[in-house]
Amino acid sequence: MSSLNIRNLRKSFGAVEVLKGINIEARTGEFIALVGPSGCGKSTLLAMIAGLESVSEGEIRIGDRLVNSVAPKDRDIAMVFQSYALYPTMTVRENITFGMESRGVPKPQRDEAVKRVAALLQIEPLLKRKPGQLSGGQRQRVAMGRALVRDPKLFLFDEPLSNLDAKLRVDMRTEIKKLHHRVGKTTVYVTHDQVEAMTLASRIAVMHQGQVQQFDEPQVVYDRPANMFVAGFMGSPAMNFIPATLTTDAEGKPAVSFKATGGTAVLTLQDGISPGAAGRDVILGVRPEHIFRYSHELKASKKSIASVDAPVEMVEPTGAETIGLMRFGELEVTGRFDPDEAPRMGETITLGIDMSHACLFDPVTRNLI
Amino acid sequence: MTDATIAAVHDREAAAASRRHFVSRTIIYALLTIFAVIYLAPLLILVFNSFREQPEIAQNGLIAFPRSFQLKAWAEAWSTYCIGGTCEGMRRNFLNSLWMAVPATILSTLLGAMNGYVLSKWRFKGSEVLFTLMLLGVFMPGQIALMPWAFLLGKVGLTNSTYGLILIHVVQGISFTTLFCRNYYVSIPDDLIKAARIDGAGFWRIFRKIILPLSPPILIVTVIWQFTGIWNEYLFGVVFTSGREQPITAALVALTASGTNVRAYDVMSAAVLIGALPPLLVYFLGGKYFVRGLTQGAIK
Repeated sequence: MSSLNIRNLRKSFGAVEVLKGINIEARTGEFIALVGPSGCGKSTLLAMIAGLESVSEGEIRIGDRLVNSVAPKDRDIAMVFQSYALYPTMTVRENITFGMESRGVPKPQRDEAVKRVAALLQIEPLLKRKPGQLSGGQRQRVAMGRALVRDPKLFLFDEPLSNLDAKLRVDMRTEIKKLHHRVGKTTVYVTHDQVEAMTLASRIAVMHQGQVQQFDEPQVVYDRPANMFVAGFMGSPAMNFIPATLTTDAEGKPAVSFKATGGTAVLTLQDGISPGAAGRDVILGVRPEHIFRYSHELKASKKSIASVDAPVEMVEPTGAETIGLMRFGELEVTGRFDPDEAPRMGETITLGIDMSHACLFDPVTRNLI
Repeated sequence: MTDATIAAVHDREAAAASRRHFVSRTIIYALLTIFAVIYLAPLLILVFNSFREQPEIAQNGLIAFPRSFQLKAWAEAWSTYCIGGTCEGMRRNFLNSLWMAVPATILSTLLGAMNGYVLSKWRFKGSEVLFTLMLLGVFMPGQIALMPWAFLLGKVGLTNSTYGLILIHVVQGISFTTLFCRNYYVSIPDDLIKAARIDGAGFWRIFRKIILPLSPPILIVTVIWQFTGIWNEYLFGVVFTSGREQPITAALVALTASGTNVRAYDVMSAAVLIGALPPLLVYFLGGKYFVRGLTQGAIK
């Protein structure tokens, strides 16, 4: 049993409350990502799980054991730090075995464990080097080796990839995923990078201002964000928010209307959604990839597509796709286009919006309707 | 045609620039040489006089180029010269100083390292206040503590003893060594300590296995600083010890004040040099590391 259970966890530094009642649980073998902007409390939460910060209120359980006041070394955890935190005066081998040495594991067993981990991470040739002689990616591997070697109940990662360059980061991300697949340990992974969270985690906890905004599977968090913060934080470019009013379309179906350039646009909502009485103010959330160049073939194949005319203000080609900025009245709306269908600057384009993926938010509570 | 004129103009300017450069360099080096001579002259005169014969010094004056050579002043200063009735030279006082400075340096450095470790990596409520208070010791002149020390040494029975001086220098030195080590350890990332705690290492194990191996640069600085400071210290030595128990700095004064009719400048020079050699040696051997240790952080 190596599950993690956090109930009503609170943390205050003096009068400042940085964690305001956190509830998260990770099943055995699960990969949980804590994601949020800097200052949201995610690193503090991780430090509390590790035992490096004290608990002000609430419970942390690893397996069935309440560990609130258990010392870090007795929690049976391993942690990978953003700075790697390799001991600079020790060789890679000494770095990896330091923990076992501190716990009095006999030498033959230590050697055996180093061999196993070095093979797993392919760092055998580095064992005699000092951290200063390693590249960023190699240090990262050693840091993971140090965590893996002890076979702990729980793995904690604190933004382990943010010091690597972009390409290496993607490679290491894949490797962490493979590693987790092979080792199958319960893992808590802190990151501010929503792509890392999406790709790695089996469940994501999106944090903001000391609270968990949403804790769910990646695709659910992405498709049905619990509130406008989550919707805006997950996904890049960010989701478009369009203030709108509930109404009915020509056929009497529920729809939203908003001021577009050159008139009012009325977009029919997907069947089965009944967000409330007509006249209610809402915020329509549409992801950039659900905005594209309208065509009749598309409409024929997918009924949920609505259309709007909008002038194109700016075009940013990235190669794989082209980002277009369109004007909806006073708003700027971002769309992701196939380069072949990319809009041109100054053009007034007829946009198709896939309403089956649209979200509606309450403008006051900012929660998903 | 035009190219040639442009080149000529440039050549003139370049020549003027290199002339200016040459002149300014010459001035700089001349000034540096003058100051070096001013600083080194006393040392040079002492070295000369320690090898000159006393009659020749008397005849040609203290500051003169040597016209004679002898080694006997050194031997005399070391082991046979008479100070205040005892004829043992400086040897005993030299050994007193060594027996005082070495343990006091080691102890104060170790204590400073431990203090610095606690104040930077195991902060507690009030640790910053404590550190600020310790810093006051850096700015407090030693003479302020004379009376309290006299009282204390009397109470514990360590007056006129090298052990008493060791105690004084260890305590007086802790402010400095703590300041040096604490500021150096602050630059060691806290993540290292956290990682070690998760790895199961405790307070002492982290100190021994992680902090100390990172410390040589700052330990060299504190050792040099403490050793030269303690060796050269005079006030406590002269106040709390007398005669055979005096460190060499205090004994040198007794040497000049001893009542022989003829001033033995050759022996005095040799004695002063004997008293100055250890700090000079320490500086020559470790000076390079001193500057490096002060400017370099813990983690490159």
